[in-house]
Amino acid sequence: MLAFIVSRLLQSLAVMLAVSFLCFALFNFVGDPVNNMVGQEATPAERAEMRRDLGLEDSVAVQFARFLGNAVTGNFGKSYRLARPVSDLIVERMPATLELVAVAALLALAIGIPLGVLTALRRHKLDSGAIMTFSLAGVAMPTFVIGILLIYVFSVECKNWAPALGLPADWCFPSFGRGETVKLGWWNTGLLTASGLKALVLPAFTLSLFQMTLVLRLVRSQMLEVLRTDYIKFARARGLTNRAVHFRHALKNTLLPVITVIGLQVGGLIAFSIITETVFQWPGMGQLFIQSVQFADIPVMAAYLVIVSFLFVVINFFVDLLYAAIDPRLRLDRAQVGMAGG
Amino acid sequence: MFVAKFVARMAVLAAAALGAASFGTASLAEAKTLRWASQGDALTLDPHSQNEGSTTAMNSHVYEALISRDPSLAKVPGLALSWKTIASDVWEYKLRPDVKFSDGTPFTADDVVFSYNRALSPSSDFKAYISSIKEVKAIDPLTVHIITDGPNPILPDYTSAILIMSKAWSEKHNVAKPQSFKDKEETYAVRNAMGTGPYTVKQRDPDVRTVLEKNPTYWGAQQFPNYPDELVYAPIKEPATRVAALISGQVDFVLDAPLQDIARIKQTPGLKTEETAQVRSIFLGLDMGSPELKYSDVKGKNPFADKRVRQAMYQAIDINAIKAKVMRNFSAPAGLTTAPGVHGYTKELDQRLKYDVAGAKQLMAEAGYPNGFGVTLDCPNDRYNNDEQICQAIAGMLAQIGIRIDLQARSKTLHFPKLQKKDSSMYLLGWGVPTLDSHYVFTFLYQTEDAAKKVGGWNYTGYSNPKMDALTDAMLKEVDQAKRDKMIADAWALAVADMPYLPLHHQLIVWSMSDKVTIPIFANDAPNFKYSTIK
Repeated sequence: MLAFIVSRLLQSLAVMLAVSFLCFALFNFVGDPVNNMVGQEATPAERAEMRRDLGLEDSVAVQFARFLGNAVTGNFGKSYRLARPVSDLIVERMPATLELVAVAALLALAIGIPLGVLTALRRHKLDSGAIMTFSLAGVAMPTFVIGILLIYVFSVECKNWAPALGLPADWCFPSFGRGETVKLGWWNTGLLTASGLKALVLPAFTLSLFQMTLVLRLVRSQMLEVLRTDYIKFARARGLTNRAVHFRHALKNTLLPVITVIGLQVGGLIAFSIITETVFQWPGMGQLFIQSVQFADIPVMAAYLVIVSFLFVVINFFVDLLYAAIDPRLRLDRAQVGMAGG
Repeated sequence: MFVAKFVARMAVLAAAALGAASFGTASLAEAKTLRWASQGDALTLDPHSQNEGSTTAMNSHVYEALISRDPSLAKVPGLALSWKTIASDVWEYKLRPDVKFSDGTPFTADDVVFSYNRALSPSSDFKAYISSIKEVKAIDPLTVHIITDGPNPILPDYTSAILIMSKAWSEKHNVAKPQSFKDKEETYAVRNAMGTGPYTVKQRDPDVRTVLEKNPTYWGAQQFPNYPDELVYAPIKEPATRVAALISGQVDFVLDAPLQDIARIKQTPGLKTEETAQVRSIFLGLDMGSPELKYSDVKGKNPFADKRVRQAMYQAIDINAIKAKVMRNFSAPAGLTTAPGVHGYTKELDQRLKYDVAGAKQLMAEAGYPNGFGVTLDCPNDRYNNDEQICQAIAGMLAQIGIRIDLQARSKTLHFPKLQKKDSSMYLLGWGVPTLDSHYVFTFLYQTEDAAKKVGGWNYTGYSNPKMDALTDAMLKEVDQAKRDKMIADAWALAVADMPYLPLHHQLIVWSMSDKVTIPIFANDAPNFKYSTIK
């Protein structure tokens, strides 16, 4: 087991190095931050001097080595755009993204699993058909369209239809921002205020819709398969209630692959949140990244990509461990492959 | 059935929870708050470290300059009551008495001297504005002398851009120099500000929310009695979200709604727009100086060196079609590369050559290009209103006279460095004039590039006319207003005749707001909320 873990760790490290080097090679194409950093009156000589000061004249390899040397000590440099240490910026923005992702993942499970069970049990009924059609939209529609659509219905047009339904006029949802936040140490949370929770609804739903439909479809197909197995027939033959058969025996056995898939999808949620954060002006890491790309703010882009790939690697690492814990055969095979390869 | 019941129950629960959740927001009705949004946040609150639009717009509410601009952009007394030359190279500024910083300390000539020296230091982004200053001297607490390197008739135009900080406050917080990228940590002035202006900073959460509240000790309280007690600013990057926030009443004012949404905003009850010509002109630059174009299929000679070719291109562009189709009528076709509001601009000069495809074809044939030629057009896609679409339209129009455009649209982070490396044969550029004087246009765009003299820094056309260079140098120093105006007029006539740039249009600014808000529109696109009111 130890050899397996070590080999996986080494692989993870190699992935991280490769990702960060690729990032640096790509930064050559995002352009020159210097024009954004000085006014249009600056002379060509002043621009050149600033470029030298920032180390932009050095080769990619030198810039990369310097970045690695600093990153190892936790120093990601200073943002070109905001003139503040990158680590401060990331620490400030991370809670917003993680809260959004956590709530979106919870929503995906809390809505996806029951609807998946429901559609499996009521296969040929009208409501199941409706849900399956709706889930197709969830898979097919791009995130930003969903976001804009939700803003249109629940915050712009809402003023017109909410009173007609007897809801108070301020029932409508905000279209941007995070609402009031509370500081718990360095963690800036929106989960403890009413306006913070309200602001979370539309972005979290937007972000979760894709995963929600994925979970729904996964649970449904697993459930259909399990319901055909012998032990379910046997359970029915024993005279157990439908409830016990469906939820104790069938659902339990469908959930294992679902949990694994969701684990892997959390990384995807963090990456996808860039679009959701942009649409809803959610002050998270994704938003920071997009602003940095437009400014060619290389230190922030580098730090963001390294941190996100780190999260991905960590999640995949634990999913691998989980797999190994569940299935001893896998453990053995993988360790051998890993050793041979690495 | 199960589903329907479930959904209904959830909806009731959610509605109840949210109804309870929103009661906290209504009680602030007494203090008048104006909430506004635009695309990007101020980069820093340090008033001398970033010469950038959003940054200056924000900081001008907390800090003030010696000279302010009123809504027509005319110079009006700010922290100085009057200014005049007392020798050919000395400007005397008489300061406003009894002004206090918002921390209660008095404002004196020492603060002016300190702020100018700060703005002149190497890490300042405003040093180019005031590089002609040799020395700033405090004569007495309310008199300052600015000594320039030779006569400088337009110094007051530049001093309206230099914001004044408190010497004591800056020294106390160790920010006597503007932030520099060499500093390891952020400086105190990045997120804190303390000036003499109409507002003080209550909350600063960069990229999220900035709250300014009325400065109780503001000297102009009598002159401006009704401006909002509180300004809440939220940057909203996504244009559709910004418009949604305005329509749904979450903000009262949007600086930069996309042009295609203006009609929708105008139709919405309770919303209105204000528009004016912006001090920014859009034009094409042509590399007429190189012996051979870098990106063209014409070898051994430069077609742009021939004025007939430049004029043919000019006359083949149907600017009214661009105005109607691309700009949705939010542009003013231009014959000059500078806009109304700039000293030296006249309507008579701002006339376009007529749109004439047949004449243009004739000119091309006379110049020896009856079948046209191919050339690459470099264009930004995130800098000016509808910039990429303008270039696409032009490519189609020039095809009519045989010029085959290879359009390269890029982000501004790639476009401008490409120009600065002189790596472009034909490019789109826009030019704003912060000093509101024509000299600024000539010295950057028309003078022969000369690094030692620091002139011609944005002239990537290779255009070089000794007459133009002499006129531009002379108008910088001429103190006789009539003579100087003549020089400016002559220089514009020369610019129009030599045609190194093909003028396109002046941008229009449209501000969108709730009809509870009144604010005069500023042609420099920087709202000054001390002129605003909100019901």
